[in-house]
Amino acid sequence: MTYLSPIIGLALALIAGAIMFSFLGKPPLGALYAYFIEPVSEMWSVHELLIKAAPLILMGAGLCVCYQSNNWNIGAEGQMIMGGMAGSILPVMFPQIAGPFVLPAMLIMGVLGGMAYAAIPALLKTKFKTNEILTSLMLVYIAQLFLDWTVRGAWRNPQGLNFPETRRFDDFARIAEMMPADGRANFGFVIAIVVALAIWVMMAKSMKGFQVKVIGASPKAARFAGFDAKKMVFFAFLLAGATAGLAGIVEVAGASGQLRTTISPGYGFTAIIVAFLGRLNPIGAIVAGLVLALTFLGGEAAQISLGVSDKVARVFQGLILFFVLACDTLILYRIRLVFSAKPASQKGAA
Amino acid sequence: MVQGEALLKLEGISKYYGTFKANDRISLEIQPGEIHALLGENGAGKSTLVKMLYGSLQPDEGRIVWQGEGVEIPNPATARDLGIGMVFQHFSLFDALTVAENVALALPPGKSLKQVSKELEEISSSYGLPLKASARIHDLSVGERQRVEIVRCLLQHPKLIIMDEPTSVLTPQEAEDLFKVLRRLSDEGKAILYISHKLAEVQALCQEATILRHGKVVGECVPADETPISLAKMMVGSDIHEISPRDVPVAHGEVMLQVKDLSLAGISGFDTALKDINFMLHKGEISGVAGIAGNGQNELFDAVSGERLSGKDNVTIKGEPVGHLNIQKRRKLGAMFISEERLGHAAVPEFSLSENVILTRHGLEKDLNKGPFVSRRSARKVKDKIVEQFDVRKGSDDPVAQSLSGGNLQKFVLGREVMGDAEIIVVNQPTWGVDAGSAAHIRQTLVDLAAKGAAILVISQDLDELFEVADAIATLSEGRLSPFVPTRSTDRHKIGLQMTSGTVENA
Repeated sequence: MTYLSPIIGLALALIAGAIMFSFLGKPPLGALYAYFIEPVSEMWSVHELLIKAAPLILMGAGLCVCYQSNNWNIGAEGQMIMGGMAGSILPVMFPQIAGPFVLPAMLIMGVLGGMAYAAIPALLKTKFKTNEILTSLMLVYIAQLFLDWTVRGAWRNPQGLNFPETRRFDDFARIAEMMPADGRANFGFVIAIVVALAIWVMMAKSMKGFQVKVIGASPKAARFAGFDAKKMVFFAFLLAGATAGLAGIVEVAGASGQLRTTISPGYGFTAIIVAFLGRLNPIGAIVAGLVLALTFLGGEAAQISLGVSDKVARVFQGLILFFVLACDTLILYRIRLVFSAKPASQKGAA
Repeated sequence: MVQGEALLKLEGISKYYGTFKANDRISLEIQPGEIHALLGENGAGKSTLVKMLYGSLQPDEGRIVWQGEGVEIPNPATARDLGIGMVFQHFSLFDALTVAENVALALPPGKSLKQVSKELEEISSSYGLPLKASARIHDLSVGERQRVEIVRCLLQHPKLIIMDEPTSVLTPQEAEDLFKVLRRLSDEGKAILYISHKLAEVQALCQEATILRHGKVVGECVPADETPISLAKMMVGSDIHEISPRDVPVAHGEVMLQVKDLSLAGISGFDTALKDINFMLHKGEISGVAGIAGNGQNELFDAVSGERLSGKDNVTIKGEPVGHLNIQKRRKLGAMFISEERLGHAAVPEFSLSENVILTRHGLEKDLNKGPFVSRRSARKVKDKIVEQFDVRKGSDDPVAQSLSGGNLQKFVLGREVMGDAEIIVVNQPTWGVDAGSAAHIRQTLVDLAAKGAAILVISQDLDELFEVADAIATLSEGRLSPFVPTRSTDRHKIGLQMTSGTVENA
């Protein structure tokens, strides 16, 4: 049932999508084809799919750990932005530094940037018992505005004709493309797969993964085992922050090659759906990351071929999350509608 | 109803759980307007009996006669329709809802919230239980929450009100107010079945008392005619055969664990504060801590085990201060802990047994974790060893913890903790909710371990158990621990009285 639920959820999302297209006056099947099949029928667009999947898989895998340990990090988007910015310090502020070590240094700085930003909600949660859902979410908006302000201000390209973007990164500061002949996909996708697999190994085989699961399943038993719940808050947030920061710098040093006022079309939020659709399993997140990357790609395609707003992508993502969570709930619980005026029978049966 | 006829009569009510008799041919009678006490230790079968009266459980044998007619009570709604109301020990209120909403939920639909609010404010003020219908539950004190429960019960116009340990959460003043209300209800002809183990209360309030022990009625009396000692005697049962304690040398062995000047405030409002606890555990001895639930047992266990940290010197293991060390570090020093709750504390319910082995054996068992990795194969080996040694019966090879029966899971948990070289064992309620066979097995294991030189602390509400296994006994009452006295030089009356009154001097 655990694995059936996302499949039912996806199917229901497609049906709801078809209904939505027909209300928009589009032929439903043709629209679905244009949305979900056409974008992957050509090699170059498969490459685009991998570019979009990389950050989703990275962050989705990180969030799996967070959510399994009952730490509700909603702020991967902000952590991704901060990672992207921290990783861009070298190519933007010190473009004269060149060499093969620059890219690894950028990736490491990206990871650290994401971790540092994720440490804030972790610190607030452990010190002041602040709700991490709120703090991590609000920090996203701060990150977005900080990026916007920096790119329009201090980091604006001096030779950029006043466009709000930084200078373009040199080749040694870019992640190489895998098959330049076919399309733009870069080795960021490989990084994402490797990281997701590593997180899977950690969760399945290591003591740390065991701790994550115990703390999530039964906090009292975790205390009995001597596992420190506060340290776990930091571990989960820092790990998710690291993957988000890496996703940020992979996106910046990979597909875009410079910082613009936005790094991500909401990958950090979509990664939440990736984690749940992937059953909080990092390998599941790889599959779910590809599926949700398709919704972004289809949204762009639908905008061109169907003439609908690219917000349709958001609608699909929402539908998927809604139906998957609904399936999870309805598989476990039965809804009983009560109309009659009989007394409620089981009250206080304890 | 004929004048003089009993409101409620129970005739030979029995309830079995497997081979365990929770209630064994219980009979009792309650007259209209009577405040009738149901006395007994924890586990004596009071809750089971009451649940059958309220329709949450069905008796296996016997008859319930209500106003002269045999009735069946398949569910709580039927009980309420008959006129049986219940005030629970653990409140069944929704924190986020208002008083009126909570009350309306329990009433048959059809009344508007406004009507309910009006009625409940009327009834609450007429009984001197002031309540504001629009107040939210989470803003109310514990005493006020109980008022909501009582008013909710009264709105159903019951003829019999069952009160389960109503004063266990009240201050003495609140309890006094409650008694006034109960006496008034009794004057109006409503009968009250009052469940308690507080003897003074029962003497002050109740006209009749039925005493339960081990699921049987062991006595009926008029509480006012009895002394606390005679009541305690009936409750804890001095008449049953006492197993003489094992012969232990008069001179104590080496001190294995010591608790010194330990005081800890409660974390939440329901915790009991520990007050100036001092004791020592000696090699080869079993020390028992008696006491009624909620007097600080879990708090004491948490502080000794390291689930809650204290001052460095408050707890020492083999002379080494460990008050600041967590539970796993204390385990590494040779101390093992078995908590009261099996599921969700000593074991993760949805994890397999082998995974639950890792829970407390990590870092202790050779090969269980190599570097950062866990070896599931050696976890399974350890699990097999425990299952064989401790006779754990289970359905499949490596089932999830929650699929085991209470007794078998407890044997597994005990085995997991004591299989290594446990020199110190601290166990909270070792046989709580465990079938008789497993309980005997568990007690025998503890006695054998002591014979091999382990120092053991048994915290238990079961006096029989303590008198069976412990060499010395102390009582925990309101967070204070009395000095340990040799089991031989004390008896159930003294301990029982100490448990209920908390004063050592009266004993």
